[in-house]
Amino acid sequence: MRLRRAAPVPDVDASLGFELRDVGHVYGERVVLSGLDLRLTERRIGIVGANGSGKSTLARLLNGLVVPTSGNVHVDGLDTRTHVREVRRRVGFVFQDPDAQIVHPTVAEDASYGLENQGVPAAERAERVAEVLERYGLAGHADHPAHLLSGGQKQLLAIAGVLVMRPARIVFDEPTTLLDLVNTRRVAQVIEDLEQQVVVVTHDLDLLDGFDRVLVIDGGRVVQDGPPDAAVGAYRSLMAHR
Amino acid sequence: MTLALYVPRAGVVHRTPAGAKLLGLAALSVLLFAVPTLPVVVGALAAVLVLGLGAARLPAAVLLRQARAVFWWLVALFVLHSLVADVLTGALTVLRLLTLVLAAAVVTATTRVTEMVAFIEWVCGPLRWMGVRPARIGLVIAMALRFIPLISERADRIREAQAARGGSVRGLRGLSTMVVPLLVQVLQLAATVSEALDARGADDVPMRRGGARAA
Repeated sequence: MRLRRAAPVPDVDASLGFELRDVGHVYGERVVLSGLDLRLTERRIGIVGANGSGKSTLARLLNGLVVPTSGNVHVDGLDTRTHVREVRRRVGFVFQDPDAQIVHPTVAEDASYGLENQGVPAAERAERVAEVLERYGLAGHADHPAHLLSGGQKQLLAIAGVLVMRPARIVFDEPTTLLDLVNTRRVAQVIEDLEQQVVVVTHDLDLLDGFDRVLVIDGGRVVQDGPPDAAVGAYRSLMAHR
Repeated sequence: MTLALYVPRAGVVHRTPAGAKLLGLAALSVLLFAVPTLPVVVGALAAVLVLGLGAARLPAAVLLRQARAVFWWLVALFVLHSLVADVLTGALTVLRLLTLVLAAAVVTATTRVTEMVAFIEWVCGPLRWMGVRPARIGLVIAMALRFIPLISERADRIREAQAARGGSVRGLRGLSTMVVPLLVQVLQLAATVSEALDARGADDVPMRRGGARAA
């Protein structure tokens, strides 16, 4: 059996954040993203854009779920192409549909999954899972089947399953799209309370209140980049002329 | 559809290691087929009920649900054996099967999936020398248990959507019009799930895990 030699891990510099250098991505013959040069260091960053604009692909580039067909993406100095495992340990990812993210039958088992993958000892796993379930109001559901949770509880479990791994940064891909107003508020509050850097792809413009920076993506390019008021205004104007 | 497997309780049956319970289940199967006499089968059934309802304090509904699921199979078996052999053989066959179904229900209702999976991973441990990763086998089992009810829900939603537009939801025609959209949904789900597994470090799985359940 031939052993693959892993690339040596370079020094990690948490101040570097996400850095995209001349990034482009193509699915088949369809250009999804092109010419992206970005450095994302702010604590709360929003990404908005029409369906098919490339924003979800951009989100997936940030933790190596998608590797760009051209250019490079770095996280804290780590190239997602060569150090994808280290990148994924640093960048958590919350999907739009929690049903696709919950892979174990019961709540506590699912929350524990990422920690098992990291080889965290059982006692510490139990402690961290209990803590995160308590924080998100799921402690009473620890042994319940995950598929019996409400939509909002499932999304909270999906977030808990990522947070328990203690990533330095978290990317959310349309985390409130499937939720009602009450659960949207809860998830928005959860995001607001996070200490980590968060990047949120969303159609819910209210979610971006108080964010530090918002990118507007259109046709695979960043067409507006700035504070929420200006960026959301530009986005509304862009959509009004469609 | 509900696959509510584990019923949390504090008791000796719940605390018994998953491996011991699964070995006990295997031993019971061998016993019932090696010694197919009425006293043995009835005694085993009584023991399973005492263990499940008494020692493990499981709700009777949990066992009834499992018995109901195989009820018509049991009736068919009883009729068949009564016709080709005799009523005693029919009764023995049905009681044997019912005992095993209830025993399996007691094991699943008193054992967390992670404990079950950890035992299966341990059993598959020797396969490591062939390049097999036991953790992957365990994950497949856990995911099957997780996604069966989810896919069932999606099938129900497709049926409802078709019924809402006047489509046929019964019989072969209903089945055939449901299969393709369900397959498409399942494939889309599979693609996202594989991304989610990557995002949660599935590739980082250590060759040996560090213990059983989480909380």
